[in-house]
Amino acid sequence: MKQENENQKVRIPFDVIALLVLLVLTFALLSAYPEKRDPVTAVFASYLLEMMLILPAVMVIMGLFSVFVSDKAVVKHLGQSSGMRGFFTALFFGSLPTGPLYVAFPMASAMLSKGARISNIVVFLSAWACIKMPQELVELQFLGPEFMVARLILTIIFVGLMGIIIEWVMCRATEKVSEEKSSTEH
Amino acid sequence: MIDTSLFINAFALISLVYAYHHDRERTKEALIKAANSFIHIMPTILAIIVFIGLLLGFIPPARISMLIGEQSGINGVMMVAVIGSFLHVPALISFPLTASLLDAGATVTIAAVFITTLTMVGMVTLPLEIREMGRKMALLRNGISFCIAIMIALVMGMIL
Repeated sequence: MKQENENQKVRIPFDVIALLVLLVLTFALLSAYPEKRDPVTAVFASYLLEMMLILPAVMVIMGLFSVFVSDKAVVKHLGQSSGMRGFFTALFFGSLPTGPLYVAFPMASAMLSKGARISNIVVFLSAWACIKMPQELVELQFLGPEFMVARLILTIIFVGLMGIIIEWVMCRATEKVSEEKSSTEH
Repeated sequence: MIDTSLFINAFALISLVYAYHHDRERTKEALIKAANSFIHIMPTILAIIVFIGLLLGFIPPARISMLIGEQSGINGVMMVAVIGSFLHVPALISFPLTASLLDAGATVTIAAVFITTLTMVGMVTLPLEIREMGRKMALLRNGISFCIAIMIALVMGMIL
């Protein structure tokens, strides 16, 4: 979590600069094309309203989970489970509402070194990346239930397949290496 | 839209009340965290929304739909997939951004491929991923994610 804070500190100035540049640009464009003022403000207002209706709630949900569900608990649960249960545990813990993806890499690598299955780690990372709960809520708000549900189900299916493929490739590679090693030793 | 936000806010409120009963101190900590992340993400959110305003206000719909609408075909999908892989924005932002593409006349396929590559494939975070997960696994994950993003999008285009 400390790492995340530091990262955010570094990122703020850039965000603010980008926002200021955009505001200046918008101001200039709208002065040059006054007839665009109404459509641009209308779009801005409607997107802002939609965002503000849900963003505080989404942030509260994320905050609660990041405090009440510790990284250690995730690592422990995911390291232990296997098979179909492992797949769904990975999916579940990956989609819990906490932090950006780069926070998940160190956790994933810790779990791998503790012997978690590669396929589960891939599922965990992918769920973390693109079907996290707060994201799904925002998706529901902006893109509607059909889009959200379709993408969710398809993602789960394809991510499961990807986990199996990556595990297969990685395991084959280690087998080859160990075969080569044993053949050179002989 | 209003229903969705009601549901989300109700869910947040119930979680909050439950957490508060369970452990007051940690709930406070969580709220402070929530307020902090909210403040931190605001400049990006505002910037994106201003950008969306400009995009939809200034670029003629015909031009947008030529690039990412029905006529763009598989080239449009590939182009958006590559853009999505290189862009690095907070995941929450990707949804209003995608909604704006749809409003501008993008196809469902384009919208889906944009979201999935934006969130799953990270060229900007790739060096970090390589350091943590190893070169082979990081490249495999990003490469295959890119391909499944396109497959997911194509299926979504067919069913929606």
